[in-house]
Amino acid sequence: MGTTDVNRRELIKRATALGLVATPAMAALTSCATGGGGDNEKVAGGEKTADNPLGVNKDAPLDVVIFNGGYGDQYARDAHEIYEAAYGQVKHEKTQKIRTLLQPRIIKGDPPDVINNSGAEQMDIASLIEEGQVEPLDALLDAPTLDDPDKKVRDVLVPGTITKGQFGGEEMYQFNYSFTVYGTWYSASALERLEVEYPRTWDEMLAVCAKAKRQGIAGWTYAGKHPYYFSFTMYPFIAKIGGADVLRDIDNLEPGAWKHDAVRAAFEAYHELYAKGYVLEGTPGIDHIQSQTQWTKGNALFLPNGSWVENEAKSTTPKDFRMTVAPPTGLDSSDAMPFETVWAEASEPFMVPSQARNVAGGLEWLRIMLGKESTSNFTRLVSALTCVKGAAEGLELQSGLSSASAVLAAAGENVVTPRIHDWYLGLHKDKVGGAIAAMMSGDITPDEAVTRCQRYADEVAKDDSIRKYERS
Amino acid sequence: MAVEEARGAGVGAAPRLSVGERALFAAAFVLPPRWTPRRVKTDRRYRTIDRYRFVCAFLFLPLAVYAVFVVSPFVQAFSYSLTDWTGYSADFTFVGLDNYARLADDSDFWASLGNSLTLLVLAPVATLGLGLFLAFMLKAGGRKRRNQAVSGVRGARFYTVLYFFPQVISVAIIGVVWAAVYDPITGPLNGLLEAVGLDGLTQLWLADRSLALWSVLFVLCWSFVGFYVVLFSAAMGAIPGDIYEAALLDGAGRATTFFRVTLPLIRDTVHTGWIYMGIQALDAFAIVHIMTINQGGPGNATLVTPVYLYKKAFDSGQAGYATAIGVVLLLVTMVFAAIMTLLSRRERIEY
Repeated sequence: MGTTDVNRRELIKRATALGLVATPAMAALTSCATGGGGDNEKVAGGEKTADNPLGVNKDAPLDVVIFNGGYGDQYARDAHEIYEAAYGQVKHEKTQKIRTLLQPRIIKGDPPDVINNSGAEQMDIASLIEEGQVEPLDALLDAPTLDDPDKKVRDVLVPGTITKGQFGGEEMYQFNYSFTVYGTWYSASALERLEVEYPRTWDEMLAVCAKAKRQGIAGWTYAGKHPYYFSFTMYPFIAKIGGADVLRDIDNLEPGAWKHDAVRAAFEAYHELYAKGYVLEGTPGIDHIQSQTQWTKGNALFLPNGSWVENEAKSTTPKDFRMTVAPPTGLDSSDAMPFETVWAEASEPFMVPSQARNVAGGLEWLRIMLGKESTSNFTRLVSALTCVKGAAEGLELQSGLSSASAVLAAAGENVVTPRIHDWYLGLHKDKVGGAIAAMMSGDITPDEAVTRCQRYADEVAKDDSIRKYERS
Repeated sequence: MAVEEARGAGVGAAPRLSVGERALFAAAFVLPPRWTPRRVKTDRRYRTIDRYRFVCAFLFLPLAVYAVFVVSPFVQAFSYSLTDWTGYSADFTFVGLDNYARLADDSDFWASLGNSLTLLVLAPVATLGLGLFLAFMLKAGGRKRRNQAVSGVRGARFYTVLYFFPQVISVAIIGVVWAAVYDPITGPLNGLLEAVGLDGLTQLWLADRSLALWSVLFVLCWSFVGFYVVLFSAAMGAIPGDIYEAALLDGAGRATTFFRVTLPLIRDTVHTGWIYMGIQALDAFAIVHIMTINQGGPGNATLVTPVYLYKKAFDSGQAGYATAIGVVLLLVTMVFAAIMTLLSRRERIEY
C-alpha cells in the first residue's frame, strides 16, 4: 500500500467526521416540513343582499380544486360560469392526486377555497376537522336556495346528507354532493332469460343461484381485491335481519356488537353461496373492474356495488343488459326490516378549508351547485343522483340510475347509513373486509369471521390514538 | 480545530503554539495565500492546512447538499416520530417514546416486519443466485471457440438486452401487468396451465394466503434480475482470460471454474449487489401496494412495512406514528448493511 492510499483514506475519514459535526447544525432545519404559514390574508366580505345571502366579495377570485375521477370536472366548470356571472374569476384546477397537491398547501396555510376531497388520495376528513382546518357549513345550510328564496338549503337536501357531513358534533363539515344507492346489481335481461324474479328471501336467492349454476352461470361475483365492496349488501342485510340498531351498535364499537345473531345469520347466508359453489371461480383474486366485466359478460348474475357502476362498466355493458339495482335480498319472513330496506348515502365529498382566502365564495359556489341548473346538469353529465330532493324528477335517466331512483323512493324511511367506513376506515376496509374475504374464499368459517370482526372492533375501541365517534 | 487535526496528521514535533498563533493558523485556513501572515506561511504545518483547505473547498458543496437533503430529513423524521402529528396541520404535541411503545404491541406492524424480513432474506438469495447463473452462462456457458478460453452461449448479447428489459419499465407498470398475469379468471398464468392440461394446478395466486407472498417475491426477482445479470456480466468481463485458461489447463469443469475462479473474483460486486437488493426487498412498496389484495392481503399475508407505514400515514392520518415506523425501518436497513459489511471483511484479491 502506498502512502497516497493512506492519505486518501485519512481524508475520507476526516471528511466523514466533518459531516457528523455538521449534523447537529441541521437540527436548525428540522422545522422545515411543518414550518411557515399564517401569512394568508382573507378577502374582505361583501354586502349581504337577497341575491348574495352569504356576503361574497364581488371582485375576489375563487380557487376550486376538483377531483378528476369518474365524474370528470365538466360539471364544475359549468358551475363556475354561473358563479362568474355574479362574482369574481374562478381559478379551476383538476387533479387525481388530491392529497399530493393539497396537503402541503393546507399545512402551509394556503388552501384553495373549495376542495372536492375524493378519490384514492382522499385526505382523512376526520383528522382535518380535528386540526381545525375545515369550515363548518352551517351558514350555507341556513342560506336560501338559488331557485326559491323561501326555502333554506337544509330543507331541500335528501335526509341523511347533513348527518353524513357531521363528525361527532352538530356542525356539518363535509358536503357530499352526489347520492349513491348501494345494493345487489343485476341484469334484468339475464334474470328474464333464466325465467326467475329477483329473489326477496335467502331461500329464493339460493334457488335462483342453483338454477343459474345448472346453466353454467355463477350466482355471484364481487371485487375480490377490494373485499369491502361486500359491505354494500352485507351491512344493509344485517340491518334487515336484526334492525337498524345492530348497525348503530357496530358503528359505536359497542362490546359484542358483532356477536349479534343478525351478523352471524348474514355471514352464514353469504358463506352458503361459497359453500354451494355459487360464487364465480377465481373471484377472490379479481379487482372491481374485472368483477364488473365478468358480470356484464353474463358470467355471474349478482354483484354487490354502488350506483357509480353503471358509468364505470359502460364500455363493457351490452345494449340489452338492462342494468338494475335491488335492495339486498332478505333472510326470511322474520326479518326486522322490510325488503325495501337499502343502504343509500350522500357521497362525493366537498369541503371549504377554514384557512381559505374566500370562504364565503366557497360556500356560495356550493350553493350554486345545489341549484336546479347545476343538479340536472350533473345528473345529465355523469348519470348520478344528487343530494337534492327530487332533483332527478323529470329527467330521462339510464336504466340503472332510474332503478336506483325507484329503489330509493320505495325504501322511504327505511334507508340505513352505516358510518363505520367514514369513522374507522382501516377497520372497515382492511379488517372487516379482510375477514369477509377470508370467509368468502373458504379460509375461515362464518363463526371465525364473526370472532375476528369483534376482535378487530375491540382493538379499535381500545386504541387511544383513534378518535371515537358515536351516533344514536 | 483544523490546526489540531493538522498536527494529528503527524507532521512532526513542531514547537508548541501560543494562543495568538493558533488563531493565526485558524484564520489561515480561510484566508487566500496572499493575505496569509508570513509567520504561518513559512511554518511547515501550513502545507497541511493548505491541502485540507483544498479538499474541504471541494467537499463543501456536496456535503452541504447532502446535509440539507439527506441528513436533515433523517433528523427531522426522528423528531417527528416523537410527536402525535397527524400530517394535516403544522400543530403537534410531543409524546416522547409513546409511538415506539405502541409499535411494540402492534400485531400488524410485527406481521409487516416479518414479511419484510422474509423478503430481505429470500429476494437477494433468489435474485442474485439467478443473476449469477445467467451472467455466467452469458460469459462462460457456451461451446469452446477458437483462441478463447471461455465464451458465452450463442446470442449472449441479445439475452443481455432481453434480461434488462424489466429494468426500464416503470415499477407501477410492472405491478399492473403482473396483477393482470395473476388474475385467476383472465390471467395468462392460469390460462397457460389450462392450455397445457394442468387444470389442477391453477391457483388464486395473490388471493391465496400461502402463495401471495411467493407471488410478490417472484415479481420482485423478475423485475431486478436483469440488472444483476448486466452488473455481474460486466464484473466477469473484467476477469482476465488467462486465469480461466490456467484453470482449464488444470482440468477444471464449469462448476469448479465458477465456484473457484469466477465467484471469488467478483465477490465485491456480489456483495454490493446483495446490499442493494436487500434494500430493494425491504422496500417492495409499489409492487405490494399496486398488485396485492386489499394492499397487503389477504389478511396480512403480503403486508410489508413500507405499505403499513403508508396506510398509517395517509389512510389513518397518523403521520407521527408512521414516522416511528419509518425510523424502525431505517434501523433495520442500517443493521442489515452493517451485518453485510462485517461479513465481507476479508482480503481483497487484486488482478
